[in-house]
Amino acid sequence: MSNFLTPFLQAVRRDLLLAARHKTEVITALFFFVIVVNLLPLGIGPDADLLRKIAPGALWIGALLATLLGLQRLFAPDHQDGTLEQMALSPQSFTLLIAGKIMAHWLVSGLPVVLIAPLLGVQFDLPARSLGILTLSLLLGTPILSLIGAVGAALTLGVRGSGVLLSLLILPLYIPALIFGAGAVEADLAGLGFEGHLSLLGALLLASIVFAPWVATVALRVALE
Amino acid sequence: MSASLFNWFKFASPASFFPLAGRLVPWFAAATLVLAAAGLWVGFAVAPTDAQQGEGYRIIFVHVPASWMSMFIYCVMAFWSALGLSFNTRLSGMMTSALAPTGALFAFLSLWTGSLWGKPMWGAWWVWDARLTSQLILFFLYLGFIALQAAIDDPRRADKAGAILALVGVVNVPIIYFSVQWWNTLHQGASVSMTKAPSMAHTMLLGMLLMALAFWAYTITMALIRVRCIILERELTSEWVKKNAME
Amino acid sequence: MQWNSWSEFWAMGGYGLYVWGSFGACLLGMLIEPWLLLRRRRAIQARLPHKESAQ
Repeated sequence: MSNFLTPFLQAVRRDLLLAARHKTEVITALFFFVIVVNLLPLGIGPDADLLRKIAPGALWIGALLATLLGLQRLFAPDHQDGTLEQMALSPQSFTLLIAGKIMAHWLVSGLPVVLIAPLLGVQFDLPARSLGILTLSLLLGTPILSLIGAVGAALTLGVRGSGVLLSLLILPLYIPALIFGAGAVEADLAGLGFEGHLSLLGALLLASIVFAPWVATVALRVALE
Repeated sequence: MSASLFNWFKFASPASFFPLAGRLVPWFAAATLVLAAAGLWVGFAVAPTDAQQGEGYRIIFVHVPASWMSMFIYCVMAFWSALGLSFNTRLSGMMTSALAPTGALFAFLSLWTGSLWGKPMWGAWWVWDARLTSQLILFFLYLGFIALQAAIDDPRRADKAGAILALVGVVNVPIIYFSVQWWNTLHQGASVSMTKAPSMAHTMLLGMLLMALAFWAYTITMALIRVRCIILERELTSEWVKKNAME
Repeated sequence: MQWNSWSEFWAMGGYGLYVWGSFGACLLGMLIEPWLLLRRRRAIQARLPHKESAQ
Protein backbone atom coordinates (compact mmCIF):
# COMPACT_ATOMS: atom_id res chain seq x y z
CA MET A 1 0.00 0.00 0.00
CA SER A 2 2.70 2.44 0.99
CA ASN A 3 4.65 1.44 -2.12
CA PHE A 4 1.63 2.16 -4.21
CA LEU A 5 1.27 5.62 -2.75
CA THR A 6 4.96 6.54 -2.89
CA PRO A 7 4.79 8.58 -6.13
CA PHE A 8 1.77 10.43 -4.76
CA LEU A 9 3.50 11.36 -1.53
CA GLN A 10 6.70 12.27 -3.34
CA ALA A 11 4.84 14.67 -5.61
CA VAL A 12 3.01 16.23 -2.65
CA ARG A 13 6.27 16.69 -0.76
CA ARG A 14 8.10 18.14 -3.72
CA ASP A 15 5.40 20.69 -4.55
CA LEU A 16 5.02 21.69 -0.91
CA LEU A 17 8.78 22.30 -0.68
CA LEU A 18 8.61 24.39 -3.85
CA ALA A 19 5.68 26.34 -2.43
CA ALA A 20 7.57 26.91 0.81
CA ARG A 21 10.34 28.46 -1.24
CA HIS A 22 7.93 30.84 -2.99
CA LYS A 23 5.86 31.89 -0.03
CA THR A 24 4.54 35.01 -1.74
CA GLU A 25 2.36 32.98 -4.08
CA VAL A 26 0.60 31.24 -1.22
CA ILE A 27 0.09 34.46 0.64
CA THR A 28 -1.10 36.28 -2.48
CA ALA A 29 -3.92 33.79 -3.09
CA LEU A 30 -5.03 33.94 0.52
CA PHE A 31 -4.82 37.72 0.61
CA PHE A 32 -6.78 37.89 -2.62
CA PHE A 33 -9.53 35.79 -1.06
CA VAL A 34 -9.69 38.01 2.03
CA ILE A 35 -9.78 41.21 -0.02
CA VAL A 36 -12.42 40.05 -2.50
CA VAL A 37 -14.72 38.91 0.29
CA ASN A 38 -14.15 42.13 2.20
CA LEU A 39 -14.88 44.28 -0.83
CA LEU A 40 -18.41 42.91 -1.13
CA PRO A 41 -19.82 44.69 1.94
CA LEU A 42 -18.20 47.87 0.65
CA GLY A 43 -20.02 47.47 -2.64
CA ILE A 44 -23.34 46.40 -1.16
CA GLY A 45 -23.60 48.36 2.08
CA PRO A 46 -23.28 47.48 5.76
CA ASP A 47 -26.81 46.14 6.21
CA ALA A 48 -26.21 43.22 8.64
CA ASP A 49 -29.26 41.21 7.55
CA LEU A 50 -28.32 41.40 3.90
CA LEU A 51 -24.68 40.56 4.62
CA ARG A 52 -25.66 37.51 6.65
CA LYS A 53 -27.70 36.38 3.69
CA ILE A 54 -25.00 36.79 1.07
CA ALA A 55 -22.12 35.57 3.26
CA PRO A 56 -22.07 31.92 2.06
CA GLY A 57 -22.19 32.91 -1.59
CA ALA A 58 -19.60 35.63 -1.12
CA LEU A 59 -17.13 33.34 0.61
CA TRP A 60 -17.66 30.59 -1.92
CA ILE A 61 -17.14 32.87 -4.91
CA GLY A 62 -14.05 34.26 -3.20
CA ALA A 63 -12.78 30.69 -2.82
CA LEU A 64 -13.47 29.93 -6.52
CA LEU A 65 -11.49 32.96 -7.64
CA ALA A 66 -8.63 32.32 -5.23
CA THR A 67 -8.33 28.74 -6.55
CA LEU A 68 -8.16 30.00 -10.11
CA LEU A 69 -5.15 32.17 -9.25
CA GLY A 70 -2.94 29.24 -8.33
CA LEU A 71 -4.20 26.91 -11.06
CA GLN A 72 -2.32 28.60 -13.85
CA ARG A 73 0.91 27.70 -12.10
CA LEU A 74 -0.09 24.13 -11.33
CA PHE A 75 1.68 22.58 -14.34
CA ALA A 76 3.24 25.51 -16.19
CA PRO A 77 6.60 25.79 -14.32
CA ASP A 78 7.15 22.02 -14.50
CA HIS A 79 6.25 22.09 -18.17
CA GLN A 80 8.75 24.84 -18.87
CA ASP A 81 11.73 23.18 -17.20
CA GLY A 82 10.91 19.73 -18.57
CA THR A 83 10.06 18.11 -15.24
CA LEU A 84 6.58 17.29 -16.42
CA GLU A 85 7.89 15.39 -19.41
CA GLN A 86 10.18 13.39 -17.16
CA MET A 87 7.26 12.58 -14.90
CA ALA A 88 5.26 11.36 -17.90
CA LEU A 89 8.11 9.09 -18.98
CA SER A 90 9.05 7.86 -15.52
CA PRO A 91 8.12 4.29 -14.55
CA GLN A 92 6.04 5.65 -11.68
CA SER A 93 2.34 6.15 -12.23
CA PHE A 94 1.89 9.50 -13.93
CA THR A 95 -1.68 9.71 -12.64
CA LEU A 96 -0.54 9.35 -9.04
CA LEU A 97 2.14 11.99 -9.52
CA ILE A 98 -0.49 14.34 -10.92
CA ALA A 99 -2.84 13.47 -8.06
CA GLY A 100 -0.03 14.43 -5.70
CA LYS A 101 0.42 17.76 -7.45
CA ILE A 102 -3.30 18.43 -7.18
CA MET A 103 -3.26 17.52 -3.49
CA ALA A 104 -0.35 19.92 -2.95
CA HIS A 105 -2.25 22.64 -4.81
CA TRP A 106 -5.20 22.16 -2.47
CA LEU A 107 -2.98 22.19 0.62
CA VAL A 108 -1.40 25.43 -0.56
CA SER A 109 -4.40 27.32 -1.96
CA GLY A 110 -7.53 25.56 -0.68
CA LEU A 111 -6.76 24.71 2.93
CA PRO A 112 -5.73 28.25 3.99
CA VAL A 113 -8.99 29.51 2.53
CA VAL A 114 -10.93 26.96 4.58
CA LEU A 115 -9.02 27.90 7.72
CA ILE A 116 -9.55 31.64 7.40
CA ALA A 117 -13.20 31.33 6.29
CA PRO A 118 -14.67 31.33 9.85
CA LEU A 119 -12.93 34.61 10.56
CA LEU A 120 -14.46 36.21 7.47
CA GLY A 121 -17.79 34.65 8.34
CA VAL A 122 -17.69 36.48 11.66
CA GLN A 123 -17.25 39.73 9.75
CA PHE A 124 -20.50 38.92 8.01
CA ASP A 125 -22.15 38.29 11.36
CA LEU A 126 -22.85 34.62 10.70
CA PRO A 127 -24.09 32.65 13.74
CA ALA A 128 -21.78 29.93 15.09
CA ARG A 129 -23.81 27.06 13.62
CA SER A 130 -23.73 28.55 10.12
CA LEU A 131 -20.03 29.21 10.48
CA GLY A 132 -19.44 25.54 11.17
CA ILE A 133 -21.52 24.40 8.21
CA LEU A 134 -19.86 26.91 5.90
CA THR A 135 -16.38 25.80 6.91
CA LEU A 136 -17.37 22.17 6.51
CA SER A 137 -18.78 22.86 3.04
CA LEU A 138 -15.57 24.63 2.04
CA LEU A 139 -13.52 21.78 3.43
CA LEU A 140 -15.44 19.34 1.25
CA GLY A 141 -15.71 21.70 -1.71
CA THR A 142 -12.31 23.30 -2.20
CA PRO A 143 -10.65 19.95 -3.13
CA ILE A 144 -13.27 19.65 -5.90
CA LEU A 145 -12.18 23.04 -7.17
CA SER A 146 -8.53 21.97 -7.28
CA LEU A 147 -9.40 18.65 -8.94
CA ILE A 148 -11.64 20.02 -11.69
CA GLY A 149 -9.29 22.96 -12.08
CA ALA A 150 -6.40 20.59 -12.75
CA VAL A 151 -8.24 19.27 -15.83
CA GLY A 152 -8.60 22.81 -17.12
CA ALA A 153 -4.97 23.62 -16.32
CA ALA A 154 -3.87 20.50 -18.22
CA LEU A 155 -6.03 21.34 -21.25
CA THR A 156 -4.72 24.89 -21.47
CA LEU A 157 -1.10 24.06 -20.73
CA GLY A 158 1.22 26.12 -22.90
CA VAL A 159 -1.66 27.64 -24.84
CA ARG A 160 -2.01 31.28 -25.83
CA GLY A 161 -3.84 33.35 -23.18
CA SER A 162 -4.21 30.28 -21.00
CA GLY A 163 -5.18 32.27 -17.91
CA VAL A 164 -8.41 33.72 -19.29
CA LEU A 165 -9.15 30.54 -21.20
CA LEU A 166 -8.78 28.50 -18.02
CA SER A 167 -11.42 30.58 -16.24
CA LEU A 168 -13.77 30.29 -19.21
CA LEU A 169 -13.45 26.51 -19.26
CA ILE A 170 -13.51 25.87 -15.55
CA LEU A 171 -15.93 28.31 -13.96
CA PRO A 172 -19.06 26.75 -15.54
CA LEU A 173 -17.96 23.36 -14.22
CA TYR A 174 -17.65 24.82 -10.71
CA ILE A 175 -21.35 25.64 -10.59
CA PRO A 176 -22.56 22.43 -8.90
CA ALA A 177 -19.92 22.76 -6.16
CA LEU A 178 -20.89 26.40 -5.66
CA ILE A 179 -24.58 25.59 -5.47
CA PHE A 180 -24.27 22.71 -3.02
CA GLY A 181 -21.59 24.43 -0.96
CA ALA A 182 -23.16 27.83 -0.55
CA GLY A 183 -26.61 26.27 -0.48
CA ALA A 184 -25.84 24.17 2.60
CA VAL A 185 -25.84 27.21 4.88
CA GLU A 186 -28.95 28.69 3.32
CA ALA A 187 -30.79 25.38 3.52
CA ASP A 188 -29.92 25.17 7.21
CA LEU A 189 -31.13 28.71 7.82
CA ALA A 190 -34.34 27.86 5.96
CA GLY A 191 -34.81 24.86 8.26
CA LEU A 192 -34.39 22.31 5.48
CA GLY A 193 -31.30 20.62 6.91
CA PHE A 194 -27.83 20.93 5.48
CA GLU A 195 -27.02 17.20 5.34
CA GLY A 196 -28.43 16.72 1.85
CA HIS A 197 -26.25 19.45 0.40
CA LEU A 198 -23.13 18.22 2.12
CA SER A 199 -23.79 14.62 1.05
CA LEU A 200 -24.10 15.74 -2.55
CA LEU A 201 -20.94 17.78 -2.18
CA GLY A 202 -19.22 14.70 -0.77
CA ALA A 203 -20.45 12.59 -3.69
CA LEU A 204 -19.11 15.22 -6.06
CA LEU A 205 -15.79 15.15 -4.24
CA LEU A 206 -15.53 11.37 -4.50
CA ALA A 207 -16.39 11.43 -8.19
CA SER A 208 -13.78 14.12 -8.86
CA ILE A 209 -11.13 12.24 -6.84
CA VAL A 210 -11.74 9.17 -9.00
CA PHE A 211 -11.96 10.84 -12.38
CA ALA A 212 -10.24 14.24 -12.35
CA PRO A 213 -6.59 13.13 -11.90
CA TRP A 214 -7.06 10.53 -14.61
CA VAL A 215 -8.64 12.99 -17.06
CA ALA A 216 -5.95 15.56 -16.23
CA THR A 217 -3.29 12.96 -16.99
CA VAL A 218 -4.86 12.17 -20.38
CA ALA A 219 -5.03 15.89 -21.15
CA LEU A 220 -1.41 16.37 -20.08
CA ARG A 221 -0.26 13.54 -22.34
CA VAL A 222 -2.05 15.24 -25.22
CA ALA A 223 -0.32 18.51 -24.34
CA LEU A 224 3.08 16.84 -24.12
CA GLU A 225 2.82 14.94 -27.42
CA MET B 1 -21.74 -6.89 -41.73
CA SER B 2 -18.12 -6.89 -42.72
CA ALA B 3 -18.94 -4.98 -45.88
CA SER B 4 -20.76 -2.24 -44.00
CA LEU B 5 -17.91 -2.03 -41.51
CA PHE B 6 -15.50 -1.66 -44.39
CA ASN B 7 -17.54 1.20 -45.80
CA TRP B 8 -17.55 3.02 -42.49
CA PHE B 9 -13.82 2.97 -42.25
CA LYS B 10 -13.53 4.01 -45.85
CA PHE B 11 -15.51 7.14 -45.15
CA ALA B 12 -13.65 7.78 -41.91
CA SER B 13 -10.79 9.15 -43.97
CA PRO B 14 -11.11 12.86 -44.78
CA ALA B 15 -10.15 12.31 -48.40
CA SER B 16 -13.08 10.02 -49.10
CA PHE B 17 -15.52 11.76 -46.80
CA PHE B 18 -14.96 15.09 -48.54
CA PRO B 19 -16.79 14.25 -51.80
CA LEU B 20 -19.50 12.31 -49.94
CA ALA B 21 -20.20 15.35 -47.74
CA GLY B 22 -20.31 17.51 -50.84
CA ARG B 23 -22.94 15.26 -52.41
CA LEU B 24 -25.05 15.25 -49.23
CA VAL B 25 -25.11 19.02 -48.70
CA PRO B 26 -27.76 19.90 -51.37
CA TRP B 27 -30.13 17.22 -50.07
CA PHE B 28 -29.97 18.39 -46.49
CA ALA B 29 -30.20 22.02 -47.55
CA ALA B 30 -33.35 21.21 -49.52
CA ALA B 31 -34.76 19.24 -46.60
CA THR B 32 -34.13 22.25 -44.34
CA LEU B 33 -36.12 24.54 -46.62
CA VAL B 34 -39.01 22.11 -47.14
CA LEU B 35 -39.30 21.21 -43.47
CA ALA B 36 -39.00 24.83 -42.34
CA ALA B 37 -41.69 25.88 -44.84
CA ALA B 38 -43.99 23.10 -43.62
CA GLY B 39 -43.22 23.88 -39.98
CA LEU B 40 -43.90 27.59 -40.43
CA TRP B 41 -47.12 26.86 -42.28
CA VAL B 42 -48.36 24.56 -39.51
CA GLY B 43 -47.06 26.93 -36.85
CA PHE B 44 -48.68 30.08 -38.15
CA ALA B 45 -51.60 28.98 -40.30
CA VAL B 46 -52.86 25.71 -38.83
CA ALA B 47 -52.04 25.74 -35.10
CA PRO B 48 -54.80 27.46 -33.12
CA THR B 49 -54.38 30.38 -30.77
CA ASP B 50 -53.43 29.31 -27.26
CA ALA B 51 -56.11 29.85 -24.66
CA GLN B 52 -53.77 31.33 -22.04
CA GLN B 53 -50.89 32.81 -23.98
CA GLY B 54 -52.69 34.10 -27.05
CA GLU B 55 -50.49 34.34 -30.11
CA GLY B 56 -47.36 34.82 -28.01
CA TYR B 57 -46.95 31.09 -27.56
CA ARG B 58 -45.93 30.76 -31.22
CA ILE B 59 -42.37 31.49 -30.11
CA ILE B 60 -42.42 27.83 -29.06
CA PHE B 61 -41.95 26.84 -32.69
CA VAL B 62 -38.40 28.19 -32.67
CA HIS B 63 -37.60 28.21 -28.98
CA VAL B 64 -38.09 24.53 -28.22
CA PRO B 65 -36.37 23.23 -31.39
CA ALA B 66 -33.41 25.54 -30.75
CA SER B 67 -33.12 24.30 -27.16
CA TRP B 68 -33.40 20.68 -28.21
CA MET B 69 -30.82 21.07 -30.94
CA SER B 70 -28.36 22.89 -28.68
CA MET B 71 -28.47 20.00 -26.20
CA PHE B 72 -28.52 17.34 -28.89
CA ILE B 73 -25.54 18.83 -30.73
CA TYR B 74 -23.48 18.81 -27.54
CA CYS B 75 -24.26 15.10 -27.11
CA VAL B 76 -23.33 14.41 -30.73
CA MET B 77 -20.07 16.30 -30.18
CA ALA B 78 -19.36 14.14 -27.16
CA PHE B 79 -20.11 11.04 -29.26
CA TRP B 80 -17.63 12.07 -31.95
CA SER B 81 -15.12 12.97 -29.25
CA ALA B 82 -15.36 9.55 -27.65
CA LEU B 83 -14.98 7.95 -31.06
CA GLY B 84 -12.00 10.13 -31.89
CA LEU B 85 -10.23 9.46 -28.61
CA SER B 86 -10.77 5.71 -28.70
CA PHE B 87 -10.11 5.00 -32.38
CA ASN B 88 -7.87 7.97 -33.14
CA THR B 89 -9.80 8.82 -36.30
CA ARG B 90 -9.01 12.22 -37.68
CA LEU B 91 -12.49 12.85 -39.04
CA SER B 92 -14.09 12.65 -35.58
CA GLY B 93 -12.25 15.69 -34.30
CA MET B 94 -13.12 17.59 -37.45
CA MET B 95 -16.81 16.72 -37.02
CA THR B 96 -16.72 17.85 -33.40
CA SER B 97 -15.31 21.24 -34.28
CA ALA B 98 -17.64 21.52 -37.28
CA LEU B 99 -20.68 21.11 -35.00
CA ALA B 100 -19.65 23.46 -32.19
CA PRO B 101 -20.45 26.86 -33.79
CA THR B 102 -23.92 25.71 -34.86
CA GLY B 103 -24.55 24.38 -31.37
CA ALA B 104 -23.46 27.68 -29.87
CA LEU B 105 -25.77 29.51 -32.27
CA PHE B 106 -28.73 27.39 -31.18
CA ALA B 107 -27.88 27.81 -27.51
CA PHE B 108 -27.83 31.56 -28.06
CA LEU B 109 -31.09 31.51 -30.05
CA SER B 110 -32.70 29.43 -27.34
CA LEU B 111 -31.73 32.06 -24.74
CA TRP B 112 -32.78 34.93 -27.01
CA THR B 113 -36.19 33.48 -27.83
CA GLY B 114 -36.67 32.34 -24.24
CA SER B 115 -36.06 35.88 -23.11
CA LEU B 116 -38.52 37.26 -25.66
CA TRP B 117 -41.06 34.70 -24.52
CA GLY B 118 -40.43 35.42 -20.87
CA LYS B 119 -41.02 39.15 -21.12
CA PRO B 120 -44.74 39.01 -22.02
CA MET B 121 -45.45 35.82 -20.03
CA TRP B 122 -43.51 36.41 -16.83
CA GLY B 123 -43.02 40.15 -17.08
CA ALA B 124 -39.22 39.94 -17.08
CA TRP B 125 -36.60 39.47 -19.76
CA TRP B 126 -34.67 37.09 -17.59
CA VAL B 127 -35.78 34.80 -14.79
CA TRP B 128 -33.45 32.57 -12.81
CA ASP B 129 -35.42 29.57 -13.87
CA ALA B 130 -33.61 26.23 -13.78
CA ARG B 131 -33.98 25.61 -17.47
CA LEU B 132 -32.90 29.09 -18.54
CA THR B 133 -29.89 29.01 -16.24
CA SER B 134 -28.78 25.58 -17.46
CA GLN B 135 -29.15 26.74 -21.03
CA LEU B 136 -26.93 29.73 -20.26
CA ILE B 137 -24.30 27.40 -18.80
CA LEU B 138 -24.52 25.18 -21.87
CA PHE B 139 -23.84 28.29 -23.95
CA PHE B 140 -20.76 28.97 -21.82
CA LEU B 141 -19.61 25.39 -22.37
CA TYR B 142 -19.88 25.87 -26.13
CA LEU B 143 -17.92 29.12 -25.91
CA GLY B 144 -15.25 27.42 -23.81
CA PHE B 145 -14.95 24.62 -26.35
CA ILE B 146 -14.63 27.03 -29.29
CA ALA B 147 -12.16 29.24 -27.42
CA LEU B 148 -9.99 26.27 -26.44
CA GLN B 149 -9.80 24.98 -30.00
CA ALA B 150 -9.12 28.45 -31.35
CA ALA B 151 -6.24 28.93 -28.91
CA ILE B 152 -4.38 25.74 -29.86
CA ASP B 153 -2.38 25.95 -33.06
CA ASP B 154 -1.62 22.29 -33.61
CA PRO B 155 -4.84 20.80 -35.08
CA ARG B 156 -4.21 17.32 -33.67
CA ARG B 157 -3.82 18.67 -30.17
CA ALA B 158 -6.80 20.97 -30.64
CA ASP B 159 -8.91 17.97 -31.61
CA LYS B 160 -7.87 15.90 -28.63
CA ALA B 161 -8.07 18.71 -26.09
CA GLY B 162 -11.50 19.62 -27.47
CA ALA B 163 -12.60 16.00 -27.28
CA ILE B 164 -11.59 15.76 -23.62
CA LEU B 165 -13.37 19.01 -22.83
CA ALA B 166 -16.53 17.90 -24.66
CA LEU B 167 -16.59 14.63 -22.71
CA VAL B 168 -15.96 16.38 -19.39
CA GLY B 169 -18.75 18.79 -20.34
CA VAL B 170 -21.25 16.11 -21.26
CA VAL B 171 -20.68 14.35 -17.94
CA ASN B 172 -21.16 17.64 -16.14
CA VAL B 173 -24.27 18.85 -17.97
CA PRO B 174 -26.69 16.56 -16.07
CA ILE B 175 -24.97 17.38 -12.77
CA ILE B 176 -25.19 21.09 -13.53
CA TYR B 177 -28.84 20.77 -14.55
CA PHE B 178 -29.65 18.84 -11.40
CA SER B 179 -27.79 21.28 -9.16
CA VAL B 180 -29.43 24.29 -10.78
CA GLN B 181 -32.85 22.71 -10.29
CA TRP B 182 -31.99 21.97 -6.69
CA TRP B 183 -30.88 25.57 -6.25
CA ASN B 184 -34.07 26.78 -7.89
CA THR B 185 -36.34 24.84 -5.55
CA LEU B 186 -34.44 26.15 -2.54
CA HIS B 187 -35.01 29.72 -3.69
CA GLN B 188 -38.70 29.49 -4.40
CA GLY B 189 -38.93 33.08 -5.65
CA ALA B 190 -38.73 32.55 -9.36
CA SER B 191 -40.23 29.13 -9.89
CA VAL B 192 -42.43 29.47 -12.91
CA SER B 193 -42.96 26.54 -15.17
CA MET B 194 -42.70 27.51 -18.78
CA THR B 195 -44.32 24.76 -20.77
CA LYS B 196 -46.87 23.28 -18.45
CA ALA B 197 -49.30 22.93 -21.34
CA PRO B 198 -50.75 19.49 -20.66
CA SER B 199 -53.38 19.84 -23.35
CA MET B 200 -51.14 20.98 -26.16
CA ALA B 201 -52.99 20.73 -29.42
CA HIS B 202 -51.75 18.10 -31.82
CA THR B 203 -51.10 20.68 -34.49
CA MET B 204 -48.86 22.62 -32.08
CA LEU B 205 -46.84 19.50 -31.44
CA LEU B 206 -46.68 18.78 -35.16
CA GLY B 207 -45.41 22.28 -35.91
CA MET B 208 -42.80 21.96 -33.19
CA LEU B 209 -41.61 18.61 -34.54
CA LEU B 210 -41.43 19.89 -38.10
CA MET B 211 -39.39 22.88 -36.99
CA ALA B 212 -37.13 20.64 -34.91
CA LEU B 213 -36.53 18.47 -37.98
CA ALA B 214 -35.81 21.58 -40.04
CA PHE B 215 -33.25 22.73 -37.46
CA TRP B 216 -31.76 19.25 -37.46
CA ALA B 217 -31.38 19.25 -41.25
CA TYR B 218 -29.94 22.76 -41.05
CA THR B 219 -27.39 21.59 -38.48
CA ILE B 220 -26.28 18.73 -40.72
CA THR B 221 -26.02 21.04 -43.72
CA MET B 222 -23.87 23.51 -41.81
CA ALA B 223 -21.74 20.80 -40.22
CA LEU B 224 -21.07 19.16 -43.59
CA ILE B 225 -20.12 22.44 -45.24
CA ARG B 226 -17.92 23.37 -42.30
CA VAL B 227 -16.24 20.00 -42.10
CA ARG B 228 -15.37 20.34 -45.79
CA CYS B 229 -13.78 23.72 -45.04
CA ILE B 230 -11.85 22.21 -42.13
CA ILE B 231 -10.64 19.28 -44.24
CA LEU B 232 -9.44 21.64 -46.96
CA GLU B 233 -7.73 23.98 -44.50
CA ARG B 234 -5.83 21.14 -42.89
CA GLU B 235 -4.92 19.20 -45.99
CA LEU B 236 -4.27 22.09 -48.32
CA THR B 237 -0.87 20.70 -49.24
CA SER B 238 -1.85 17.06 -49.67
CA GLU B 239 -2.00 15.47 -53.12
CA TRP B 240 -5.67 14.61 -53.29
CA VAL B 241 -6.70 18.17 -52.49
CA LYS B 242 -4.48 19.49 -55.24
CA LYS B 243 -5.90 16.99 -57.67
CA ASN B 244 -9.61 16.89 -57.19
CA ALA B 245 -10.93 18.85 -54.26
CA MET B 246 -12.61 21.42 -56.44
CA GLU B 247 -15.76 20.28 -58.08
CA MET C 1 -56.76 29.89 -40.46
CA GLN C 2 -57.15 32.51 -37.75
CA TRP C 3 -55.85 35.55 -39.63
CA ASN C 4 -58.24 37.90 -41.38
CA SER C 5 -55.66 40.31 -42.71
CA TRP C 6 -51.93 40.78 -43.03
CA SER C 7 -51.85 43.52 -40.43
CA GLU C 8 -53.52 41.17 -37.99
CA PHE C 9 -50.91 38.56 -38.83
CA TRP C 10 -48.04 40.94 -38.20
CA ALA C 11 -49.59 42.18 -34.95
CA MET C 12 -49.74 38.60 -33.57
CA GLY C 13 -52.46 39.56 -31.11
CA GLY C 14 -50.25 42.20 -29.53
CA TYR C 15 -47.25 39.91 -29.24
CA GLY C 16 -45.77 40.98 -32.58
CA LEU C 17 -42.53 42.36 -31.14
CA TYR C 18 -41.80 39.17 -29.22
CA VAL C 19 -42.86 36.66 -31.85
CA TRP C 20 -41.16 38.42 -34.74
CA GLY C 21 -38.17 39.25 -32.59
CA SER C 22 -37.71 35.53 -31.97
CA PHE C 23 -38.32 34.32 -35.50
CA GLY C 24 -36.29 37.21 -36.93
CA ALA C 25 -33.31 36.40 -34.71
CA CYS C 26 -33.43 32.76 -35.80
CA LEU C 27 -33.68 33.71 -39.45
CA LEU C 28 -30.83 36.18 -39.06
CA GLY C 29 -28.62 33.67 -37.30
CA MET C 30 -29.38 31.00 -39.87
CA LEU C 31 -28.51 33.39 -42.69
CA ILE C 32 -25.33 34.76 -41.16
CA GLU C 33 -23.87 31.33 -40.45
CA PRO C 34 -24.08 30.06 -44.07
CA TRP C 35 -22.81 33.43 -45.27
CA LEU C 36 -19.75 33.22 -43.01
CA LEU C 37 -19.17 29.65 -44.17
CA LEU C 38 -19.39 30.72 -47.79
CA ARG C 39 -16.77 33.40 -47.16
CA ARG C 40 -14.56 30.88 -45.41
CA ARG C 41 -14.88 28.57 -48.42
CA ARG C 42 -14.01 31.35 -50.83
CA ALA C 43 -10.94 32.21 -48.78
CA ILE C 44 -9.78 28.60 -48.97
CA GLN C 45 -10.42 28.39 -52.69
CA ALA C 46 -8.32 31.48 -53.22
CA ARG C 47 -5.44 29.72 -51.49
CA LEU C 48 -5.73 26.52 -53.51
CA PRO C 49 -2.95 26.01 -56.03
CA HIS C 50 -5.06 25.22 -59.11
CA LYS C 51 -8.26 27.12 -59.17
CA GLU C 52 -9.11 27.08 -62.84
CA SER C 53 -12.24 25.02 -62.28
CA ALA C 54 -13.17 26.68 -59.01
CA GLN C 55 -16.48 28.42 -59.12
